[in-house]
Amino acid sequence: MKKDVDISIQNISKIEGHADIAVRIRKNKVEDVKIKFTDNKRFFTQAIRKREIDTLPQSVARICGTCSIAHTMCCIEAIEKALGVRPSEQTLLLKKLTMYGMMIRDHALHVYLFSLPDVFGKDSVLNFDKKESKYLFDSLEIKRAGNKLSTLVAGRAVHAPFPLVGGYANIPKNDDLKAVIKDLKKARGKLFDVLDVYYDCKVDYTRNTNFVGLVAKQFDFLEGEIRSTSGMVVKEKDYFRYLHKVVMPYSQAVGYAFKGKTYMVGALARLNLNKQGLHKDTKRDAKKYLKLFPSNNIFHNNLAQGIEILHSIDQAIEIIESANFKPEEPKKIEFKDCEGVGLIEAPRGTLFYRLALSKKGIVKNGSIVVPTQQNQVNMRLDIRNLVQKNLKKLSKEELVYEMEKLVRAYDPCISCASHFLKVNWV
Amino acid sequence: MSKKLKVGWFSFSCCEDNTIVLTEMMNDHLKEWLKVVDFQYMRVLKKDNKLEGLDVAFVEGAIASYRDVKKLKKIRENCKKLVAIGSCAINGMPAAQRNLFDPKRKEEVEFLVERFHMLKKVETLKEIVKVDDQVPGCPMSEEGFLKVLNKYLKVFKVK
Repeated sequence: MKKDVDISIQNISKIEGHADIAVRIRKNKVEDVKIKFTDNKRFFTQAIRKREIDTLPQSVARICGTCSIAHTMCCIEAIEKALGVRPSEQTLLLKKLTMYGMMIRDHALHVYLFSLPDVFGKDSVLNFDKKESKYLFDSLEIKRAGNKLSTLVAGRAVHAPFPLVGGYANIPKNDDLKAVIKDLKKARGKLFDVLDVYYDCKVDYTRNTNFVGLVAKQFDFLEGEIRSTSGMVVKEKDYFRYLHKVVMPYSQAVGYAFKGKTYMVGALARLNLNKQGLHKDTKRDAKKYLKLFPSNNIFHNNLAQGIEILHSIDQAIEIIESANFKPEEPKKIEFKDCEGVGLIEAPRGTLFYRLALSKKGIVKNGSIVVPTQQNQVNMRLDIRNLVQKNLKKLSKEELVYEMEKLVRAYDPCISCASHFLKVNWV
Repeated sequence: MSKKLKVGWFSFSCCEDNTIVLTEMMNDHLKEWLKVVDFQYMRVLKKDNKLEGLDVAFVEGAIASYRDVKKLKKIRENCKKLVAIGSCAINGMPAAQRNLFDPKRKEEVEFLVERFHMLKKVETLKEIVKVDDQVPGCPMSEEGFLKVLNKYLKVFKVK
């Protein structure tokens, strides 16, 4: 490739939302990389102010189509913690099932439909040949199992209506839930083929970075403490204090650094930090793949997501097999002036809500930090590293393709990332 | 090869929930759709997209920037029928929530509205181009989408 060149990629395909990349190369040196999130800001931070608390979990679901359930669950957790509401044991199980249903469906969308064409050197699952199409049809089975679980427990896979502050609006029938086990087991059986594909794939986007995520003995995406591979341990409620905004004026989303350093959140971070917390059946059957973790290869995020599908299936089956759900009213809520933090692991990484509520039952203020905002700075550095490393080896077209593959491996969600965040606490 | 309905799927300002519902509907309908539908433009599933000569453009999201306006008009020029998908495309909400901000909140976001060349007021699709059909819902109703798709499969004599 020439010594001086500008590379511009518009509307990266097979990701959630819209993003552009611009790279400036002078005298064989990468001078500048811009990753621009181009989805228009919808100003959710402003919009949630003065909103009634009861309507908030449904309103924030509309931040993101694919991980709407994560926003609803994190928002509910923040409200519950603020008001001092302790969910019942049954509600906790329903919350876990809600998270597992989402993980299965959301990860399968990325692992198969977005990223797998990159492994096969195809543009799209729609262009797969007969042999490759097997994986497309496997993905439909897996997504269907996750969707069924979400629909039964949470009411819908997108913008779920059942989860409430203090409980669920509907309790699933035990027989209906037990019937889903068959679908989950069928999906489980199909998963190993794609895990093998990613295990055998030699794509390597290795660069040392810091991985951050929620860690607990129970790998349930809901509870734990924040840990980093650099050795930090931080309580959920203190997480925001360690985040520093990185403003990129050309992007519709601010980025973040954790204790002044760039970092990555998501499935790869979770497995790097807590593979021992996976379900025992997952650890037994994914032994071969788990040997690759901890890993600094961003492309392994795909394999990590696949393993998390397996884990979510195993956890869901265990809960359903032993559960005996009974009708239960959501807990009564009394409003007061208070603040609360919700922190969960969304499919793409750590999701943070901090809410200030009033005794009149309205939101005074809120801050939301989503995974893709946190990964934004790291993505930029990875692109720089990738281009610099391959500048003399690859053509411009090949470099463009590699950059797109790298961004897709992160599984960014621009719909989530591009809402205005302004911390303006009264 | 038998005739297929040439379809485009486009997302503007929204959470792309309808795209997710569509990918979930594929769990049950993809095999049948692959026989009758050519997904000619669908950024969420492919890079090699062609805008020209679409039979039907399905468009989700509200129109929030000058870039959006330009692109929507281009889509309209290149499709025979345009269908508004979901609440944001049809009535603007919730993507248009900034239209209802009080003066204080409007002032807070004003500099970003200017920096990113956004419209003063978020618009619905029909405020900018002719819309032939719509599938309401937040997210869109699956039955509603199937009804419209099947209608156009007949209109364009594919089925």
